[in-house]
Amino acid sequence: MIPVLIVFVYLAVVVYIGVFAFRSARGKEEVEDYFLANRSLGPFVFLMSLFGTNMTAFAILGSSGHAFANGIVTFGLMASISALVIPLSLLLVGTRVWALGKRYGFITPVQLFRDRWETSHVGTVIFAVQAALLVPYIIIGVMGGGTTLSALSGGRVPYWLGGAVVALVVMSYVLFGGMRGTAWVNTFQTTLFLVFGGIAVVVIGWGMGGFSAAAEAMLASPQAYLLSRERFSPAYFFAYTLIPLSSIAFPHITIFCLTARRMSQFRRTVVLYPLCIAAIWLPCVLLGVMANRAGDVPAIQEKLQARQALASTAAAELAPEARAALRAKAAGDDVLVRMLEHYAPAWLAGLLGAGIMAAVMASDSQILALSTMFTEDVFAHYEGRARFGEAAQVHTGRAFVIGLTVLAYVIALRLPESIFTVAVQYAFTGFAGLSVLLLAALFWRGSTKWGALASTLWVAASVAGVAAVNAWVKAPPAGQAIVVWSLGGLELVTRTAAGLSILGTQPVVPAVLGSALLMLGVSALTARPSAETIRRYFR
Amino acid sequence: MKKTLLGLATLAVYLLHQDFWFWNTARPLVFGFVPIGLFYHAAYCVLASLLLWLLVKYAWPGELEREAERPHEKRRP
Repeated sequence: MIPVLIVFVYLAVVVYIGVFAFRSARGKEEVEDYFLANRSLGPFVFLMSLFGTNMTAFAILGSSGHAFANGIVTFGLMASISALVIPLSLLLVGTRVWALGKRYGFITPVQLFRDRWETSHVGTVIFAVQAALLVPYIIIGVMGGGTTLSALSGGRVPYWLGGAVVALVVMSYVLFGGMRGTAWVNTFQTTLFLVFGGIAVVVIGWGMGGFSAAAEAMLASPQAYLLSRERFSPAYFFAYTLIPLSSIAFPHITIFCLTARRMSQFRRTVVLYPLCIAAIWLPCVLLGVMANRAGDVPAIQEKLQARQALASTAAAELAPEARAALRAKAAGDDVLVRMLEHYAPAWLAGLLGAGIMAAVMASDSQILALSTMFTEDVFAHYEGRARFGEAAQVHTGRAFVIGLTVLAYVIALRLPESIFTVAVQYAFTGFAGLSVLLLAALFWRGSTKWGALASTLWVAASVAGVAAVNAWVKAPPAGQAIVVWSLGGLELVTRTAAGLSILGTQPVVPAVLGSALLMLGVSALTARPSAETIRRYFR
Repeated sequence: MKKTLLGLATLAVYLLHQDFWFWNTARPLVFGFVPIGLFYHAAYCVLASLLLWLLVKYAWPGELEREAERPHEKRRP
């Protein structure tokens, strides 16, 4: 129980930081202070906090779990391409968003879209889709909290309770600390994880008797495929290069771009971002792969046996429920924590577990973004602020966030998919499609509100379609595919163990391409905003 | 010319992500345990950082900052 107690102490410290930050802002509960920390974040907090915002349960538990099942491909699929695309989008799009926010006082991306395309209700539709797409991201935070606390306590803290604790802690400091509290907590958490991530690699490597022996043994075994990418097609790998486009379109990242005191703070963030990505993802992927040789960890041994059973020919004859139970047993989201618990002394496992918890709780930024978006894009936009005042605006935002977090919690308890799949198939796919809106608004004079509406509806329909098929067609055993839709012998849509596949690639491909084509086509056929508006954006 | 070169460098780095030459092999194991495919992508992160340093140095949109600092009307809708 020692590791769990240390994690609980850590959670108390996090709440204190959030509340302390709130106190420093007390007395001026103004909108820009609560939501954007008065656009005053300095260079170190800006880098650590922005990076921490992207370092989520997905980056720590999802990556190691995916690497456990799929091998080193995980790093190329998500980390290295993010190391290029995310900072590039911060440089090209983030700086422009910052400048426009500073110039015109925008707090949310929807405010920018409404002004750029001279629209009200299309902005509301964009808000609704953005809010719905953020729910899967909050879900993975809850899943990560449940997984970590349950694994660290050997099951004594049940999954549902672990998820609830994380959701409550995050909500409390977000709701009381606002952007200032969230930024400081993120900075503290990112620093903690960067320090303890390296220690975790050394301790686990030492406990396993060295990674060299593990790698050689793996190469000599049927698991050798985990150390190359032989089971993945180049087309599938290439499709993932579209996924990091989602980062800048996530409202919490767009909003965060508005918090910098000066634009020059982007410089260091852009250059150091790729190195931070490598520092976080490399140990997680490596440890996830090496977990396949950690047969002396009982929980991992059970996973390996379940995976073997799933891969056997008998698995095809199992009932979908039995297959789902085996898949749940083989799931690797907790391998990192299991290894820590087994190889590290209890006090160190607790500290390292707190480091993992730090990443899991990055859902704070999404929760704050939801609050910001609701209060600004709906409450204030439809005259709520004028009628009830700014304090009522902040309180309404908090109520909205509590409602959505409870919804995310309930869904998280029932979801059979892994953290990686939930994030990639829903949140990343959706926001990658929505990135077209930002690009069109900032770089294309010809874009119109109707083009934006068509793109947004296409993205919403795409993600809803993926969710519907994943829910109705139960996942087959790993390595097999169920054809959902074929045309003239061509398998257009298939259901695999890792979710929906379209023409052998990810749903993100049609989501982004369709969104871009609709933006181009519909905008070309509809009227542009006034010349005055276009002049303000394209000087 | 400078922008064209930087654009081409960015495209080249983007394409280098698709390293089909290390697709089916794990060896050599760098440091005795890091498969070459993983090591390549770790090195790719360093290359990306270098590229971004070049972009920040030679293509920094400084005019945006100057423009933003000028007084403007608040238009939050």
